[in-house]
Amino acid sequence: MRHIRTIIDKEWAEVFKNRMVIMTMALLPLLFTAIPLLMLAFTGDGSQSANLPAQNSGLPEGFLTACEGMNANECMQVYLLNQSMLMFMMMPLMIPTTIAAYSIVGEKTTRSLEPLLATPITTLELLAGKSLAAFIPGVLITYGAYAIFLIGTHFLKISAAVRAYLLSPVWFLGILLLGPLLAIIGTMFAIFISSRVSDPRVAEQLSGLVILPLMLVLGVVLAGKLVIDLWFMVISIIVCALVAYALLHLGTIVFDRENILTKWK
Amino acid sequence: MIKTQNISKTFRIGKKGQTELKAVQNLNLEVEKGEVFGFLGPNGAGKTTTVRMLTALIRPSTGQAQIAGYELGKQDTEIRRNVGILTESPGMYERLSAEKNLTIFANLYDVPDVPQAVNKYLSMLGLWERRYDAVGSFSKGMRQKLAVARALIHEPQILFLDEPTTGLDPEAAKTVRDFIEELKTQGRTIFMTTHNLDEAERLCDRVGIFRQELLSLDTPANLRKQLFGRKVVFHLREVNPIWTEEISKLDGISHVEIVENKLVVSMQDPEQSNPIIIKYLVGVGAQILFVGELRHSLEQIYLEMVKTSQGGS
Repeated sequence: MRHIRTIIDKEWAEVFKNRMVIMTMALLPLLFTAIPLLMLAFTGDGSQSANLPAQNSGLPEGFLTACEGMNANECMQVYLLNQSMLMFMMMPLMIPTTIAAYSIVGEKTTRSLEPLLATPITTLELLAGKSLAAFIPGVLITYGAYAIFLIGTHFLKISAAVRAYLLSPVWFLGILLLGPLLAIIGTMFAIFISSRVSDPRVAEQLSGLVILPLMLVLGVVLAGKLVIDLWFMVISIIVCALVAYALLHLGTIVFDRENILTKWK
Repeated sequence: MIKTQNISKTFRIGKKGQTELKAVQNLNLEVEKGEVFGFLGPNGAGKTTTVRMLTALIRPSTGQAQIAGYELGKQDTEIRRNVGILTESPGMYERLSAEKNLTIFANLYDVPDVPQAVNKYLSMLGLWERRYDAVGSFSKGMRQKLAVARALIHEPQILFLDEPTTGLDPEAAKTVRDFIEELKTQGRTIFMTTHNLDEAERLCDRVGIFRQELLSLDTPANLRKQLFGRKVVFHLREVNPIWTEEISKLDGISHVEIVENKLVVSMQDPEQSNPIIIKYLVGVGAQILFVGELRHSLEQIYLEMVKTSQGGS
């Protein structure tokens, strides 16, 4: 554990001196928390404009199944909250990716990897330290941002139906379970890329690709072809858990000290 | 302390790894406890690859080695725990302070009293005043000193120094060299690669001249003798060519030549032959101004060896 703690400590000491990473870690949660709050604030109290049924909201037909018993305004808010939720899901993917993308390639470019690998640290300890250093801030920031979002909704006039949707298990499962799994995927993917390229910028750009599947889901949700319900969430959690496990396993296999030291130029 | 048996390293290069690059071939080496061993060779000779193999950073393709009593390939973690390495490039964490850099490595090497070890080496290498400064603000020499401190922080049994003074200004290089000399007096086993032949001559008990394979291995003095024999120069007021014939007939003399007013005599044992030659010269009326041994620098030996190996390959 001492080696893992040391790597985490070292990573954080370096990361928190990097303005770009700090900016990403501060701006993303700020933006992704403010957007749904502003959206709820500007769309007003749904329960007071209950004259129009959800069918008249102009939203894609496929989405209306999620609006049972809601009026048009409430349905619109739930539709927008669906997208906000996906934005919350992006946080645990993007923050660790930003940190982890630099972790190995950064050591290569500063030539600090060789002395580091010359210590008695095992590959598993090194990967665990580097992954946790990226994973922990990603998950904590997501949890924090979500807590702030929930507190913020208390100061807004939201109908009981919309509030019930917000506090449904779908959201909690998404934030508490799917979030960390996405963080593991993002971290491992970024470390994998980082150990294979020689330029930190390339590592960051390639690692950013991990967000593409989520963007695809966002597109499908926007088109009204997909409603994020409990089933979707449970299936997503199972799939992501399998992918995360595979990546964790693959990480220790593909991290070949010798190749990384001798074939990176 | 270090014992290798036919270790070799072959890299597969090219897009599909079709080309084989033999970096090290059949290296047999023994370095004793407390010895300072110099590993000399031109760029691309395989010196860094050898250091990386002996510090368990990369695996040998074939062969066996014992480092500090541990089997390479089977007890790599123990080897890493018992050796210190100064890599070719210092590779420090530039944004972090000198103290933080050393603390990280002390923890990774499981040093029991980290602050004590860190303070000891910061003071010893004259970095105490700058301990809280980011390493990025350090000069090359200071970084190298810090890298030496990092290599020693866990008090390793064997210290590997990969070109410890390359790229340093003369003053910084001298500081590092002086420190290596100090380590030598402490009885540490040191394996150093270098291009600086004067440095190797000054610091090393034995040197190995290497170019993919070991070309020669001995003390600098023996290598000199082996390659060039020993030559003594007799500086005279005047030289009579007849003397060369007479001197060459003496026991243990292999060659005599005249260079200006000097007699250059190749011999096996100057301590035995010099008094006889001096007695002869005085007897024939020669005026001896002074006598001295012609010393070939390690550089000449090194170049000769490398030239021979290139000619042979």
